[in-house]
Amino acid sequence: MLLDIHNLVQRFGTNTVLDGLALQTGDVRALVLVGPSGGGKSTLLRILAGLDVPVAGSVAFDGEQLPRDEPALREYRRTVGTVFQAYNLFPHLTALENLLMPLIHVHGLSEPEARARVREPLERFGLADHAHKRPAELSGGQKQRIAILRALVVQPKRLFLDEPTSALDPEMTAEVLEMIGELKELGTQFVLVTHEMGFARRAADEVAFVGDGRVLAHGPPAEIIDRSDVPRVRSFFARILS
Amino acid sequence: MPRWLAHTIVVILFAALIALAFSRVDYAWNWAGVWEYRQKFLQGFGVTVALSLASLVASTLIGIVAAVLLGSKNVMLEAVGRVYVELIRGTPLLVQLLLGFYVVASAVGLENRYVVGVLVLALFSGAYMAEIFRGGLAAIPQTQRDSARAIGLTPWQSLRLVILPQAVRLVLPAVAGQFVSLIKDSSLLSVIAVSEFTLAAQEVNSFTYSTLESYLPLAAGYLLLTLPLSALSRLLERRYRYEM
Repeated sequence: MLLDIHNLVQRFGTNTVLDGLALQTGDVRALVLVGPSGGGKSTLLRILAGLDVPVAGSVAFDGEQLPRDEPALREYRRTVGTVFQAYNLFPHLTALENLLMPLIHVHGLSEPEARARVREPLERFGLADHAHKRPAELSGGQKQRIAILRALVVQPKRLFLDEPTSALDPEMTAEVLEMIGELKELGTQFVLVTHEMGFARRAADEVAFVGDGRVLAHGPPAEIIDRSDVPRVRSFFARILS
Repeated sequence: MPRWLAHTIVVILFAALIALAFSRVDYAWNWAGVWEYRQKFLQGFGVTVALSLASLVASTLIGIVAAVLLGSKNVMLEAVGRVYVELIRGTPLLVQLLLGFYVVASAVGLENRYVVGVLVLALFSGAYMAEIFRGGLAAIPQTQRDSARAIGLTPWQSLRLVILPQAVRLVLPAVAGQFVSLIKDSSLLSVIAVSEFTLAAQEVNSFTYSTLESYLPLAAGYLLLTLPLSALSRLLERRYRYEM
C-alpha cells in the first residue's frame, strides 16, 4: 500500500495532538509507527482507520482519499479492520459469535456462509477449540488473536493494530506477534503501532517515528531504530533498547 | 449445610426472638377483630400491586428519557435532565406527593389521586433510574463503542447489538433494588388518601385499636411482594454474570 499524508492536524479541545504531520511511504506491506506516549501515534492510527476525522489535512491510501463525512467513513471502515489494545471483543457473545457478527450484520452473509468462512482461520491459528467460549474464559493472548481474526474474516484491504500486545505478558505477546508475522507472510497489509522494537525490526517494511505531533524520522527499520541521525529519535531508542 | 436450610434456621431464630419479646409485653392480642377486616386488607393489597406495576413501567421509561437527556451534548437538554434529577433526589417523596397533589395537580385540574400518585411515584423513582442507567452506560469501556464502529456497525446496530445487551446486565441488580424500593415507597401514597395497602392497615387500626395486629400483616404483605422480586433478581444476575 502507498500511504500519502499531507499536513495532518488533529485537536482535542485546546490540545493540538497532530501538528501538520506529513508522511509518504513506498509501496509497503507493513508500516510500523513508533514513538513516545502522547506523541500522536494512536491519534494518527485512528484517523487512518477512519475512526476520527482530522481538523485539517489529507490522507490517501493507494491514491484514494479518505472521506470526511461519517456515512462515507463508515463504508471505508467496513473495508478495513482495526484491533485495539484491549476490550475488543464483545463480552456477552462467544468468540465465534464475535467473529460472525460483522459478517452477518454488516456484510450480509447468511449464518451458514459466515460459519463456513470462519472455520478455516480458526483452525489455522489454533483457536477452533476456544470458539465456543466467552471472552471472560479466554486468556489475553487468545482474546487478542480472536480480535485480529474478527478483523480479518471480513477480508479487509488492510489492518490497523493499536498496541495489540501492550496489555499482555511476554508469552502472550509472543503468541500474538507470531500471528501478525504469519499474516504478513500470507500477504496481509497492516499499519501497526507498537513498542515491540524487536518485532518492528524484523517485520516492518518501513518505520515512522511519531513525536510531538509530527513524523520525526521515517525509513527502513534498521535505519530508524539503530542508526537514526535525528537526536531525539536516537536518544529514544538508546533509552529503551539499553 | 445447604443455603436454604441456613436461611430457614436464621428466620426461625429471628421469629423466636420476636415472639419472646412480645411474650414479655403484656399485650392483649386481638386477631379476631382484625380478621373481620380481611377484605379491606386484600383490596388495599391489590391497589398497591396495581400502583406499583404502573409506576414501575412509567419510572423505567422516565429513567431512560432522563438518562438520554443527561448524556446529551446539547447544553439545554442536559440541564433539563440534571435539574430534574437533583431536585427529585434532593427532596423527600412526602413533600413531592403533597406538593404534587395539593398544588400542581389542583392547578392543572387533575383530580384523580390515583393517577397523581402513580405520576409522582414514577417521577420520583425515574430520577434514581436515570442515574442507574447513566452509571451502567458509563461502565462500558469506550473501546466497545470503538470496536462496534470499527466493524462498521451503524449507531443503531451498535446500540442494539453491543451497548444495550451489556448495559442491561450491568444495571440489573440496581434496577431490581429500585423496584423493591418503589413497592415500599408506594405506602406513602396513603397521605393523599389513596386506598392502598398501608392506608387499609391504618384504617383497620383506627377501628380496632389493635396496632400490632394491623401492621404485622402489612409487613408480611410487602415481604410477599419484595422477596420474590429479590430472588428473581439474584437468579437473573447469576445467569447473566456467567454469560458476561
